[in-house]
Amino acid sequence: MLVLLGILVVVVGFALKLNPMLVVTVAGLVTGFLGGMTPLAVLNAFGTGFAGSRSVSIFLLVLPVIGLVEHFGLQQQARRLVSKLARLSTGGILAGYLFLRQILAAIGLMSIGGHAQTVRPLVAPMAEAAAVRKYGPLPDKVVQRIRAFAASTDNVGAFFGEDIFVAVGAVLLITSFVDTTYGFTLVPLQVALWAIPTAVVALLIHGTRSLLVDRTLRREMAGLATAEVTR
Amino acid sequence: MISVEWFYWLMGLFWLGVGVLVARDRTNPKRLTSGLFWALLGLCFPYSSFVVTKTAPAWPLGLVIVVIAALAGTGRLAKSGSATAATADGDVEGANLDRDADRGDRGVRPGGGTGGSSVALAPTREREARAEKFGNRLFIPVLAIPVITALCAIAGPYVIIGGRPLLQKGSETVIGLAAAGIIAIVISMVVFKLRSPALALTEGRRLTEDLGWALVLPQLLSVLGLVFATAGVGTAIGSTVSAILPKGSLLPAVILYCVGMAVFTVIMGNAFAAFPVLTAAIGYPVLVAAMGGNPAAVFAIGMLSGYCGTLCTPMAANFNIVPVALLELKSNYAVIRAQLPTAIPLLVANIVIMYVVAF
Repeated sequence: MLVLLGILVVVVGFALKLNPMLVVTVAGLVTGFLGGMTPLAVLNAFGTGFAGSRSVSIFLLVLPVIGLVEHFGLQQQARRLVSKLARLSTGGILAGYLFLRQILAAIGLMSIGGHAQTVRPLVAPMAEAAAVRKYGPLPDKVVQRIRAFAASTDNVGAFFGEDIFVAVGAVLLITSFVDTTYGFTLVPLQVALWAIPTAVVALLIHGTRSLLVDRTLRREMAGLATAEVTR
Repeated sequence: MISVEWFYWLMGLFWLGVGVLVARDRTNPKRLTSGLFWALLGLCFPYSSFVVTKTAPAWPLGLVIVVIAALAGTGRLAKSGSATAATADGDVEGANLDRDADRGDRGVRPGGGTGGSSVALAPTREREARAEKFGNRLFIPVLAIPVITALCAIAGPYVIIGGRPLLQKGSETVIGLAAAGIIAIVISMVVFKLRSPALALTEGRRLTEDLGWALVLPQLLSVLGLVFATAGVGTAIGSTVSAILPKGSLLPAVILYCVGMAVFTVIMGNAFAAFPVLTAAIGYPVLVAAMGGNPAAVFAIGMLSGYCGTLCTPMAANFNIVPVALLELKSNYAVIRAQLPTAIPLLVANIVIMYVVAF
């Protein structure tokens, strides 16, 4: 049971916001020693594990071309693409961005969206502007909710899109971990395919909720208007 | 036969090159230790080839990894160009914001520079003009990556030359991605009319330094998983679990794995970190080994259950707290509140999907 202290190290280390690389390494050393392994055996396990999981880091070889295309304006072009959603309603913009983000993540284009790259400069202002166009000035509470929802579409789209792309960190982490540890030979493509059902459900749930934002808005703004009149 | 090892050696070479350049770069506040970090990492890759074939002992590699982790973990890794912001010309909206968010990603990064990006980063205005010029042609090289990768993964095993498969068996996807990264450089040289790939290497170095130690973390988590399994963490939890779980009951075990992944992710803020723990405890011993679940489905959906946890935790600061600041929201939990009604039904859906498709 003592070996479980290693998990505690991970939990506490992450909670204290220590450098994750340090936390993980220390947790590995602690667990190894508590599990009765000799220092040599622990280092051997570290070495074998590292050598067997190099495929996780293979995405390094894609960084030069991504950087190159960024240099020529990839993110700017992505923003122009997203801004074409501008004529939709608030809910439509949110749902449209969710869909776009998920599709792009699924084909490995994670870095062209994001809170700094697209949500703040584009999605949130556009969703807000669509509501203002329809209802006039919005109360602060409503603005806050629209913005927060815009951020949520980015997260949901990215999380449940990226796992469909075979060569992303998550998929290769799964295959390399279970292959080195349990001696499987899992095909990344299979793991990626099994991410599709959840991705579809995520799109349905969050997409529906995005579209429902319009209805909530209508009800809320109507409620506000009548409150105004009775006053 | 194209072996995946070639590409690992290429990566090693690239990191070694980054290490040498960083060590000589006077704009890096910690150039010697940073250079050492990248160079050591570079050496680990070719050495690993011999560890895999068991022609070299594994412990020196293990030792170097501990050293690398100590270098990064004690704040001795810094980005180059931190002193001279390459984006000095009033370029607030784009590049700086990107980089700042990037820092937020790894707010724990000690000595992570002062926010200026490393090496060359074209100012946003210039990039805007280029985006105007190239338009959607910009997507050609990046779309080539998934196309080539998928092609190698699906068709690769059937290409046989001289009685041997062209791509190393079992590594078709990884080779595909590596090859795609290189072929896409050639494609972009055509699209952007470049004569040499030098700019790609400069930009590659920039992104590598931007990512920093985060680049190595997934691999280190994989190592942690192996140590957990070797030291018997799985069996320790597994015996507790099997004491609680009624024998041979599938649904409670599936629920325990999925909910466990979500809860551990909430605590640690990182599904990648929760995965080795829960998989060693329940995913492998109970669901796959004892109940005969389809490993690909169990592990994929298990990881996605962890992502449901990511949607609910302030520990995942880069996703849930950084946007609060970026969007000037009043409550720290505003984004999480917007995500909870999606995360909970989605976790339930994961449980149902795993129960139905994996067994």
